[in-house]
Amino acid sequence: MNLEQKEYSKLVEKHSGKSNVFVNCLRAFLVGGIICVIAQIYNDILPFSEEVSKVHTTVFMVFFGALFTALNVYDNIGKFAGAGSIVPITGFANSIVSPAMEFRSEGRIMGVGAQMFVVAGPVLVYGISSTVVVGLIYFLLTR
Amino acid sequence: MDAFLKYLAVFVTGGLLCVVAQILIDKTKLTSARILVLYVVTGVFLTAIGVYEKVVKIGRTGATIPLTGFGYALCKGVFKAIDEKGFIGILTGGVEAVASGIAMAIFFDLVASFVSKPKSKNS
Repeated sequence: MNLEQKEYSKLVEKHSGKSNVFVNCLRAFLVGGIICVIAQIYNDILPFSEEVSKVHTTVFMVFFGALFTALNVYDNIGKFAGAGSIVPITGFANSIVSPAMEFRSEGRIMGVGAQMFVVAGPVLVYGISSTVVVGLIYFLLTR
Repeated sequence: MDAFLKYLAVFVTGGLLCVVAQILIDKTKLTSARILVLYVVTGVFLTAIGVYEKVVKIGRTGATIPLTGFGYALCKGVFKAIDEKGFIGILTGGVEAVASGIAMAIFFDLVASFVSKPKSKNS
């Protein structure tokens, strides 16, 4: 009886764990996909050239990522979507504004100003540093 | 129909990039900050070897809006600046390419953090 129960709970754990990953992935896929489609639709209705439209689209998505975070909507989307809300650029905006809001009580300089970059900082550090390395290689290869 | 397929490509590309991150979160317990760093660096690397450009052709914003696209913009900016300005482009190109996004994020987030009232969070 005891053994059966143990095995049963193990079985439940195994299966629920598996389906959880699957459900999480499905949600991430849906929300991430929808965010990208919204960006594409905005991009397509803009009257500018392709290059300029791309920049406008990024700014637009950052704006709404920050706005929905400030309205406390984005975190609720995040609870449902997981990585679907983290990976798009809206999640990057969220990662800046969310700690900025949270640490406001610690002051405008060391609270908001410093905590903003708790996630975005590493992204910029490693993103920019890797382009310097890659750029150096590209420069040497093309000379 | 053609337009539908194009948007479907955007949806699937963006969705799949998020699924990869979700699997990483669930299976390896990587924090979201690490995922984002990994995505940007991967984006830079894939762009440098010419793979990501092909993904962008098909997936459009499905490839540029996820954080790998941030790496793509950084890397493309650096290459372009090197072609135009030479050596100094290594340092100017990347940040220039993403300057609008960063300035927007910083400024609007600063405004947002002042005007909004955060809900009490436990996380």
